[in-house]
Amino acid sequence: MKKELIELRVNGRSREVAIEPAKLLLDTLREDLQLTGSKRGCDDSSCGACTVLVDGTPMLSCTMIAASISVDDEGHAPEITTIEGVAEHGAMAAIQKAYGDWGGAQCGYCTPGFIMTVKALLERNPEPSDEDIRHALSGNLCRCTGYTQMYQAIKAAIRAEQQGIAAARR
Amino acid sequence: MAENTYQWPDASKRKLIGKRMNRVDGPVKASGRAKYTYDLVRPNMLYGDSVKCPYAHARVKSIDTSAAEKMPGVKAVHVIHGPDDGAKGEVFWAGTDIVAVAAVDEPTARDAVRAIKVEYEQLPHLVLNDKEPNLAEAEKSELYKVASKETVGDPNSAFQQSEVTHEGYYGSPVITHCCLETHGSVAEWPDKDHLFLHISTQNVPGIGEQVAKAIDMPASNVHVHQDHVGGGFGSKLGLDPWGVAAAQLSKKAGGVPVKMMLNRATELETAGCRPSAYARVKVGAKKDGTLLAWESYAWGSGGPGAPGSLAIPYVWKVPNQQKQYVGVVNHIGPSRAWRAPNHPQMCVITMGALDDLAAKLGMDTFDFVKKNIDLLDPRSKIYSEELDVANDLMQWKARWHPRGDSDTLGIPMEAISLQIGDNQYPPDSASGGSSTIGGVSSATFRAATDAKRQLIAKVAPALNAQPADLEVADGRVRVASDASRSLSWKEACSKLGAQTLTVRGTNPGEGDLTNSGVGGVQMADVSVDTETGIVKINKMVAVQDCGLVISPKQAESQVLGAMIMGVSYALYEEKVMDQTTGTMLNTNMDNYRLAGIGDVGELVVRLMTGPGYDERGVIGIGEPPTVSPGAAISNAVANAIGVRVPFLPLTPDRVLEALEKAQGEGGRA
Amino acid sequence: MRAFEYASPKQKQQAVGLLGQQWGDAEVLAGGSDLLALMKDDIVHPKRLVNVKELPELRGITFNASRGLRIGSLMTLSEISEDAQVKEHHPMLAHAAGEAASPQIRNVATIGGNMCQRPRCWWFRNGFGLLATAPDGKSLVLQGDNRYHAILGNDGPAYFVSPSSLAPALIAYNARIRLFGPKGPREIPLEKFFVIPKSENEREHDLRPNEIVTDVIVPAPPSGVKASHYEVRQKAAFDWPYATASVVLDMNGDTVRSARVVMSHVAPIPWVSNEAAQALAGKTISEQTADAAGAAAVANAKSLGRNKYKIKLAHVAVKRAVLQAAKGGQA
Repeated sequence: MKKELIELRVNGRSREVAIEPAKLLLDTLREDLQLTGSKRGCDDSSCGACTVLVDGTPMLSCTMIAASISVDDEGHAPEITTIEGVAEHGAMAAIQKAYGDWGGAQCGYCTPGFIMTVKALLERNPEPSDEDIRHALSGNLCRCTGYTQMYQAIKAAIRAEQQGIAAARR
Repeated sequence: MAENTYQWPDASKRKLIGKRMNRVDGPVKASGRAKYTYDLVRPNMLYGDSVKCPYAHARVKSIDTSAAEKMPGVKAVHVIHGPDDGAKGEVFWAGTDIVAVAAVDEPTARDAVRAIKVEYEQLPHLVLNDKEPNLAEAEKSELYKVASKETVGDPNSAFQQSEVTHEGYYGSPVITHCCLETHGSVAEWPDKDHLFLHISTQNVPGIGEQVAKAIDMPASNVHVHQDHVGGGFGSKLGLDPWGVAAAQLSKKAGGVPVKMMLNRATELETAGCRPSAYARVKVGAKKDGTLLAWESYAWGSGGPGAPGSLAIPYVWKVPNQQKQYVGVVNHIGPSRAWRAPNHPQMCVITMGALDDLAAKLGMDTFDFVKKNIDLLDPRSKIYSEELDVANDLMQWKARWHPRGDSDTLGIPMEAISLQIGDNQYPPDSASGGSSTIGGVSSATFRAATDAKRQLIAKVAPALNAQPADLEVADGRVRVASDASRSLSWKEACSKLGAQTLTVRGTNPGEGDLTNSGVGGVQMADVSVDTETGIVKINKMVAVQDCGLVISPKQAESQVLGAMIMGVSYALYEEKVMDQTTGTMLNTNMDNYRLAGIGDVGELVVRLMTGPGYDERGVIGIGEPPTVSPGAAISNAVANAIGVRVPFLPLTPDRVLEALEKAQGEGGRA
Repeated sequence: MRAFEYASPKQKQQAVGLLGQQWGDAEVLAGGSDLLALMKDDIVHPKRLVNVKELPELRGITFNASRGLRIGSLMTLSEISEDAQVKEHHPMLAHAAGEAASPQIRNVATIGGNMCQRPRCWWFRNGFGLLATAPDGKSLVLQGDNRYHAILGNDGPAYFVSPSSLAPALIAYNARIRLFGPKGPREIPLEKFFVIPKSENEREHDLRPNEIVTDVIVPAPPSGVKASHYEVRQKAAFDWPYATASVVLDMNGDTVRSARVVMSHVAPIPWVSNEAAQALAGKTISEQTADAAGAAAVANAKSLGRNKYKIKLAHVAVKRAVLQAAKGGQA
């Protein structure tokens, strides 16, 4: 099938790709934009490993047609954020650092998906309860870790963010 | 220190061992920079796909690839299993790869697959294995492999002497590994003699040789690489037909890279499974709880090669035993090592039967185990200590109650249950078999020790000392009795001159640094909604012995991960097969269920470390904690509802059926 | 997925014009959660995908006292579950929308798509056809593992269950669905939108291949209504239910004047239980009357061999929904 040129807004930049209309967002990110952080896990929206943010909202890139969120005729397009776009000011975001510190990852394959979902959660709700965390992460599966150390990581990240905010205020 | 001895440093001198360290690869995984085989995109890369046999048992009669070969964008076609392959083209499970193709993108590869015509002759198949086989019929059928009867002691007398006996069914179905990154590889030939293989594997050191053998080329010409693997759990230790196919497609396409990754449905159907194990068990004991006798008729399947045996009773040295096992041939994707192969299944059967016996004796299972602790030789002492620790963490004695009365419907019932497990493995070089930490740490430690000795030998003259007088501490090499005479590490290394030290560590096996054979105790606290049969995990406690703990945080991670695999296989996992079509029915992850974050409850881990444990050296821990959770949860459910649900997974239909049966029989089982 | 043409019309007439006269030519792309999965599994392979997300008339949630709630077909389950108007006037609906699937899926899944989603039957999804018939004409469902299949409305040949847990909630509130096709708009009770196919060529909805769903209208319930939605599923979240029950009780003080009891995942269509409604009419709610309603709901249920437990679970779903409603549940 013939390829078409579409423009996507990814991690704050405009990216042009020549792809077939059938191409999924996940494959476009991974193959055409070399953003392999988002993963192919289940092929049918059951595992969350492909989670990206679209205008800040977590969605499954394996079940989205890239062309359907490209820049439209008026030049508007949703902002797509992948795991590669999460680091702030060159340093890892608090949640990424906390994940590393607290053993939130073992094989690590599910990790980018979890971090995107957590990022969206913390932006909406800076002090989530355990129940809020469970609810927000109910669409992300992990085969390795037992989820327990993830809670610790998330709470450590929240503390770090709060300390950062407090420090910035002084 | 004498030249040829190696010893872990004394507890007071450990700077890093036993300390809570962060994973070195944490940041690269959390940032999305970690590359897995599935992520690889190479210049001019082609995408592989394959025609798969839709039948569980068949012969390939003919293959016509002409339409695919003519398709634009298709760069290579390779027959994997033709009419002359195997036993006259015989295929033994649905999903077997027949023909592989490589094309410029996935949709084209898929189109090519659809265009290939394969003719099959269907043969009779069997894909189910939960029905108890009739022994006489099994002996006459090619679908069953009847093992010899085994006897220990005098079971007939022992049962006569038993004041209490219990008989019941126990078991678990075929399940699969369901790694989040599927199997696959990227193969390319930088030149016609050399193969570069980027593969999702647990066996980087060994897989190259396997590939070389399969393609008939020197092993030294195969370069295998992998940075990170997205899960393996035992399924990624060996060579796969699709891996070989990728290499052959690449060769046919002129050496360009070919990526062949399985999709989720194929992964679930063919990329390995854990065999089922079912048994009818009878156990006997004296009124005071002394365990006397065991009798079992067991069966199970793991694919076309029927399993030969099942070592039950598991871990318990019951003095009198009579055992019969029948392996069942199933035309399903064959079994591969699944974290502690066969131990979880054996534990479910054994501890289920003993827990039911304890209940019949009117005993707390905790007391029953302690009463018979000598039968757990040689780890009786370890188990006893672990039981006490677990009791403390779970408040077992304070909270345990005898089995519930199943007449009180509608009220969630809580119960706790305990479990023991064991693991014993020879060392291995692949990352599996609970040997990684033992194998790697021992070899690493030896290498580091040898390097240090060689360095000290070179540095000693500069400090006017003998090598035996020197020690390495706080980043310096110094005379032990006079710390003022020292060199910084950098200065010491500069004494090496142009020659650097290259030292390889070896791991000759058990000895001063490593051991095998561990014991663990797990307890589970569950609630059961008796109107719906839904089981909820409230809390699980795992007390695990694994010798000297190098890295507690990572060790705990392994135990936690094992516990959650236990929750999944206790409550959700089973490979559902359709006998009519011979295919797997639950080929996606909404019907092949894994525990989510809300399904886990509180998980508590305690590693047994310190004096009495450290001296055993390092032992692997990846597998042992997966052994017990299924049994613990099953026993907890039995305690809660007063009746045994015989077979895992403990889905609502099975729990309700057990409850209904018990009501029909007027009460508890 | 197989190649397809991708069209993104800006007007609904244009959209309808791009759809085919028969199933298979084209499909509507809204959220894509179900459609793309079907396409990846090669169950459907349309030549053209018509993206309807740019049609402005399909958006929005409004409420007025006479007509009730109007939900544009493109509104996502997240938007519906969080909308202040839905929470105020039809809280049971907001709750049902918030229970479905996972957060990521709720963020893209639309109410229109949710109504039109295809069955989860594992023979259907593995390519053995909507009615899962073996080459010899016998039903694969009846001879196979039918643990997830229908216990009501299961005379055949369709044995799959309706997969939408939102539809019963809407039907319990007497919702109506609006469609738009080449002949213009039409509106039908949502209950009538779902049909049981009798052949492989049919689908499960009263929808022509060149019609799109434009809105769902949910009449304002009378005051004093008690409503609740209950799901029985194995996992804590993100799991297909075994049975759900959506109950709307029109109360006269402590007595039920009339009731609507609708179940999902038990029959090929959302199942309106007149039997349960009759069992509740004129009664006060208690453990006994709720249980009797549950029993009535499954009085005509029959097992296909491996799904007998679903009869019990459907009974419990209705009972608990009724009890929850009486306690002020989600209304």
